Parts: sequence; structure tokens; C-alpha cells
Amino acid sequence: MLRLYATVAAGGFRRHSTYRVATLAGLFTNTVFGFVLSYTYIALWAERPALGGYSMADALAYVWIGQALITVCGMMGGGFEDELIERIRTGDIAVDLYRPADLQGWWCAANAGRAAYQLLGRGAVPLLIGAVAFGFTLPAGPAGWAAFLLAVALGSFVSFALWYLVAMSAFWLLDGQGVVQVAWLAGLFFSGMLLPLNVFPGALGELARALPWAALLQVPADVYLGRYGDGWGLVRAYGFQLGWLALLLAAGRAAQAAATRKVVVQGG
Amino acid sequence: MSLTGSFIELDGLEKTFTVRRRTGLLRREKREVRAVDGISFTVDRGEMVGYIGPNGAGKSTTIKMLTGILTPSGGRLRVAGIDPARERTRLARRIGVVFGQRTTLWWDLPLRDSYRLVHRMYRIPDDRYRENLARCVDLLDLGDLLDVPVRQLSLGQRMRGDIAAALLHDPEVLYLDEPTIGLDVVSKSRMREFLRELNATRGTTVLLTTHDLTDIEQLCSRVMVIDHGRLMYDGGLAGLHEAGGGERMLVVDLERELPPIEDVPGARFVRADGPRQHLAFPASASAAPLVAAVAAAYPLVDLSVREPDIESVIAKMYGGASGGTHERRRESLR
Amino acid sequence: MAERLRTAGAHGSGAVEVLRTYRLVAAMWIRSTMTYRASFALTLVTSFCVTFFDFVVILLMFGQVQGLGGFSFAEVAFLYGTTGTAFGLADLALGSLQRMGRRIRDGSLDVFLLRPVPLLAQVAADKFALRRLGRVLQGLMVLMWSLVLLRHEVAWSWGTALMVPAMVACGAVIFMAVMVLGASAQFWLQDAAEVANSFTYGGNTLLQYPPTIFAQDLVKGVVFVVPLAFVNWLPALYVLGRPAPAGVPSWAAFASPLVALVCCAVAGLAWRAGVRSYRSTGS
Repeated sequence: MLRLYATVAAGGFRRHSTYRVATLAGLFTNTVFGFVLSYTYIALWAERPALGGYSMADALAYVWIGQALITVCGMMGGGFEDELIERIRTGDIAVDLYRPADLQGWWCAANAGRAAYQLLGRGAVPLLIGAVAFGFTLPAGPAGWAAFLLAVALGSFVSFALWYLVAMSAFWLLDGQGVVQVAWLAGLFFSGMLLPLNVFPGALGELARALPWAALLQVPADVYLGRYGDGWGLVRAYGFQLGWLALLLAAGRAAQAAATRKVVVQGG
Repeated sequence: MSLTGSFIELDGLEKTFTVRRRTGLLRREKREVRAVDGISFTVDRGEMVGYIGPNGAGKSTTIKMLTGILTPSGGRLRVAGIDPARERTRLARRIGVVFGQRTTLWWDLPLRDSYRLVHRMYRIPDDRYRENLARCVDLLDLGDLLDVPVRQLSLGQRMRGDIAAALLHDPEVLYLDEPTIGLDVVSKSRMREFLRELNATRGTTVLLTTHDLTDIEQLCSRVMVIDHGRLMYDGGLAGLHEAGGGERMLVVDLERELPPIEDVPGARFVRADGPRQHLAFPASASAAPLVAAVAAAYPLVDLSVREPDIESVIAKMYGGASGGTHERRRESLR
Repeated sequence: MAERLRTAGAHGSGAVEVLRTYRLVAAMWIRSTMTYRASFALTLVTSFCVTFFDFVVILLMFGQVQGLGGFSFAEVAFLYGTTGTAFGLADLALGSLQRMGRRIRDGSLDVFLLRPVPLLAQVAADKFALRRLGRVLQGLMVLMWSLVLLRHEVAWSWGTALMVPAMVACGAVIFMAVMVLGASAQFWLQDAAEVANSFTYGGNTLLQYPPTIFAQDLVKGVVFVVPLAFVNWLPALYVLGRPAPAGVPSWAAFASPLVALVCCAVAGLAWRAGVRSYRSTGS
């Protein structure tokens, strides 16, 4: 069974690696946005050094981590939900439901392959460009990098679980675009894509840091910046991600089970 | 403008595509593909012509040039005296196109709304529009469907809806790409009846591509076969069968398993599956006397006539050498 | 002969024909959208909120600091409002152009080419989404708010007052030209559609902030290479009574209409070249 999912994931990786021009175009766009945001952060941190507990070098690292992880951790769309919604809308999903492999597991594996490719193809280069152009904070040695990569992997799975749940809504709402929009909006704001969550004031900041979207960018970025230390703090960060992951996957499963019953009852 | 006074004129029409293919990590191979390789023919006003050939033979490339979507790489082309590549939008008012697998109707809206858009886009005078719509609704039996969103229509209903949409502006020529694909037997014969009627009463020129030889047999007095971008045959259907040595198949279901039927003149026993026997006979011959002869001598339960498909006719026509399945296009390395 | 005269007439009124076609197709899409009312309401609200959150970031920033690059909150809001409204208008009108690559790939662009109406109008109105109005409204609200805040700080005259609507109109046209340019590139490189986003969405983000916070080479780039600075930076600096960025002549503040015109000409040429290439390669 595990071999099957590994094959599916490899397929997802290969499939996305064929879109070379699209990858290059994405790289370019991420880099442009990285530069624009960097200058606004520089202006902001010049006025208020140590804002949100970040030094300017930390804040700049945050900008480029955000650009690197956009597609990996799906802050602005999971990268698979359009296709899944389309299959639900057209009824092709019935075929998937009768496949021996589990629907959620299948898509999760394919998405893991996609995310891995995006990390290599679209994530690494902007990070490198940003580091050269702005000389921002780097993680503390290989252990720091490893801790960061684990947080990114977990973030990418949380993102999958979130977007999968969103896609499931298409079983009930013929046109899933409205829900996708809301999810997109929430992701954009609460992931810290626009501004780090620890700059959010008071209760809004407390709330934002407790929501699942914090697991996508804020937690990986803070792991990168070494703000959790390397002991229990780190375990707590991973625990936060794992907790949301389990909860969202379970919710996705429940929705899927209800949807399957619906499809079976309606006969497709 | 026109040399021969024909409605559609092609003279040495060519279309060459440059295809780039990645052959290694960085190496790229550039080669020219001749999708249409010097085709010449004329079609008179009011003709109904079948345009057939295997997939990738150059059929749709030709249609795209005839409608002005694609610019030819060589040769001369006139439709109603107009050069399609240069005056595409002007020509658009005078032609109608239906792609069998691609609807132009609005998915979420009632059929009527799509027609209203055509009305305004083509600037059809109101009375003409009403008249044409009424005629199409009547002949294509669309009355109950006008207020139904297109997404709820069956494939056959949608095809009828699409044909009506292509005819509202009184086109002088109608290009049909696989008009009966995916339709059931009843819808198919209804579609053919409509097209015959359209051609007979309005004098609309019809050019249709199809994989269904029955379409051609029942509609077209003339058929053109294209393969590898070249015109291989232009003439009547009977002639095509002769040229291809085509045979049709009479499939007879007998009451029980019997020895092979070998005593009916004009028929050749091919094989038997239990009580079902397959008899081949020349495609140009009528099936009627054959059926009568079989029915007179054997206990018949059911029978049907199977047409040879285009691919097999064409394959036979060229001695099977170009088979049309493996190497679709003539390609030259550059 | 009559036929000839009629087509000559149609060619003469090209712009009118483009607008007429656009209106026809857009109306069809609005009706289509309205068949899913709940979803439409949701998307309109989210579209408004998306852009609102965008502004919340600036509010949050100013919750922490007094000024940004020497500009006050009201001045940044003015920059935000002008580019936001201009970009919103362009996005409302031509936002669908970035999806054209899909039409090319699945071959449905051919259907557009079969109709006796301009291709650009059909592609631009394709999937017309009224929800994009949310962005325009939000931009306008911020602009109004900034004008209220700035009413005493700026030495208003007829000239500076007129520059505000002119800035928004020219800015919208410049953004539209960039969108058409991006769409034209899709005739050759369908997968590179995202690059256009860096100039449209990215440009809009850039122009929300004062030019003083950016590296001067970047500022020169958007003045002389991709002339986005003419959307709002140069005229807005003039309205706010601030000097133009280093190396830019002061009269450049009034050059936006001219720049918009040039952008349109370039975009038009690119579009024609793109269509010609598509019709000769069919891909």
C-alpha cells in the first residue's frame, strides 16, 4: 500500500516537473514580489527596529521564506483543489471513489509529490536570490535547516488537509468557487503572507497564531529563525502543526464519507 | 475574383507547421510537418460533399484554412470570392461551422440565450432571425428545449442546438465536423434528414467530415478522401468503394448453427460465430437481392449490413502500404 | 456593393465594434454567474475583503509606525487609493485575459475566431466577473478617505484636483495595456502567463508604497522601462507637493496620458503580432 502512494507521489512530482516554463515564470514572479515586499519591510523595520521580535535580517528572511513556500504550503491556493473540484463537478469523481486506493490518500500523495517539486523548482532559487541580495538571517547550521524542512513538510500536509476539506464542499455546492475564494482569503491573511502574524496586534494576533493557517508559513519561518530553540519549544511547534493536521484530515475524511454516501445514493 | 465561378476554390493549398521537439537535455530538434500538401479542388454552390480521411490526415487543418482561422503557407484559396485569411470576419457572416465535440452554446444558460447572442453578434435582421429560429425549432424539434439550460441537454439535443446556432444567420456554406458522433441511431437519422432538407430547400453548400460512412452514403453525392495531406480521391461514393476494393458485410443471424452459406451468388462467406454468419459482398452492389436470396433459402432471425469503415477502405485503397495508422504525416527533417 | 459599404463602415468603427462585442459577451457571463446566486454573492464579498485585507496590512503597519519613507498615513493611503482604483478598473475590464492560455491550449480560441466580431473583445470579456467590482469599490473608498484626510495638507487647485481622476483613468489604461501585452505573449508562451502578474499585481503592490522606500534603480526601472510610475507615483508626488524621484524631470508628472497612449500602441502591435503568429502556427 505504501508503495502505491510512493508511486503516486513520484507521479505528482514528475507531472509538475514537465511544466518548465511555468516554473520559470513562477520563479520570476516570486522574485519580483520578494523584492517589492523586502523594501516595504526595510522601511517598516527602519522605523521600528525589533518589530514583532524580529531583527531586520529576520524580517527579510521571513519575506523570502514566504515567497519560497507560496506554492509548497499553499498559502494562496493548494494547487490541486481546482482539479479536484472539477472532477466533482463533472462527476468523474465517481471513478476515483471506486478505485481501490483511498481518495484522500491518493490526492495527498499526489500533492506531496507536487509540493516536493515546487520546493526544489520554485522555492530554493528565490531563497538564494533573496539571501544574496539582502543578506538575511540563515538557520543555525545543518540541524537548523533540517528542523526547517520538517516544519515545511508538515506545513505542506496541513495545507493539503485544508484545501481538501475546501474541495469537498463542491459535493454540496455546485459551484465551489465561492468557498475557494473564502479559503483563499483566509489563507492569505491568516498565514502571515501579507505581514508576519507576530506583528498583528493584541487579540487578532493571538487568534491568528492559533488558527491552522499559522502552520503553513509562520511556524516554518519561526523554526527557520530559531525562535523555538531546539528543545521542547521545537516539539511544541511540531505538535501544533500535527494537531491541526490530524483534526483537518479527520474533518476531510468525515466530509468525504458523507459525500460518498451522497454519490452512492444519487447514483453518481 | 473567381477563376472558375465555383463557390469554394482551392489551388495547391499548403500548410506547413514547424514542430520543435526536445531530444535531449538541451538539444532541440526542429522539423517541418506538412499537414496539407498541395490540395486542389472546387465545390459548387449547393453541393453536399463528404471530406474524409484518417485522424491527422489534414482534414481539420483544411477546414481551419477554409474558415480563415489558419493562414495557408502556400497555394490559393477562395470561399465565395473571399480570401479567408485576409477577410476572416467578413467571411464569418457567410459561413456556419459546427464542431461535433465542441459546443458554442452557453453551458449555464437556456438555449434561447445563446441564440439571442448570435442574433446580435451577426446583426441578423429581426424578422429574418425570427423566421430562421422558427424554422430550426420546427425542423430540429427544439420547441421544448429553448428554455432549458444547455448543461441539462443530452448530447443529441445539444448537437441539434449547435446546428441551429450555426444556421441562424443564413450561412451560404455549412462546415460540419463529425455531426453525428456520439449520437444514437434515431438522432443520427434525424440529423441526416435535416441536413438533406436544408441542402434541398435552402441550397446551402455543405462540407462534412465524418468517420461514419453512412453519413456520406446518405448525404453526399461526392466524397473527397484526404490522407497525408494530399487529396487521394474525389468522386462518387460507389467509385470510392471500387477504388478501395471495399466490401460490405451482411451479418445474418440464423435460427441455429448451420453450415457456411456458400451458395448465394454475389456473396462470399467470411466467418461464423455460432448461428451468426458474416457474408461479404461488393460495396457497390445492392444488398436487397442478397437478402432476398438468403431469406428464401435459410431460417433467418435477424440481419444487418455493416459498412466498411473509412480507415479500412483507405487502407485497402493504397494497398495497405500507407495504412494510415502508424505514420500519419509526411515529415521531412530539417 | 452594399455589402462592401457595410463592411467598410464596420471597419471604420472598430472601437465601437470592440465595445459592443465586449458588452454582449460580458452580459452573457453576468447572466451565467447569476444562475449560481449564492456563490456569486460570496465571491463579491470575498473580492471586496481580499482587497480590504490588503489595506489592513497598511493599517497594521501604521499601527506600529508614524510614517513610512517620510510619507504620512494619509499620503500612503492616497497612493494606495489611486493605484488600487486604477488597477481594479483594469482588472474588472481585462482580468480574464490571463486565462487566455487555457483557451489556446484546449482549442476553444478557434471558436472565437469563427465569429464576425473582434477577437480581443471576445477574449477580454470571456468569463467576465462582476465580483471584480469589489476591488474597484475598495480602492475608491480608500481614495476618498485619503482625500478627506489630505484636504488641508495639500494646496489644492483646479489643476491638482483634476489630476486625481485623470491619474486613475490613465493608470487604468496603462495597467490594461500591460495586461494585453501579457496576453499577447501567451500566443507564444502559454505557460508563462504568471510573468504578467509580476507587472500587474506586483506593480499594484509596488505603487501602494512611497517611491522613497525602494532602491533608486528599481524606481528608475518603473519610470523608464516598464512605465508603471506614471500610473500614480509621478502625478501623485506632484499633487502632494513632493519632488519627483532623482533623474526624473518635473514635467513627467503630466506625461501620464501620453505614456498611456504609447503603451496602448505597443500593446496593440503585440496583440496583432500574437494573433498573426497563432493563425500561422495554430498552436
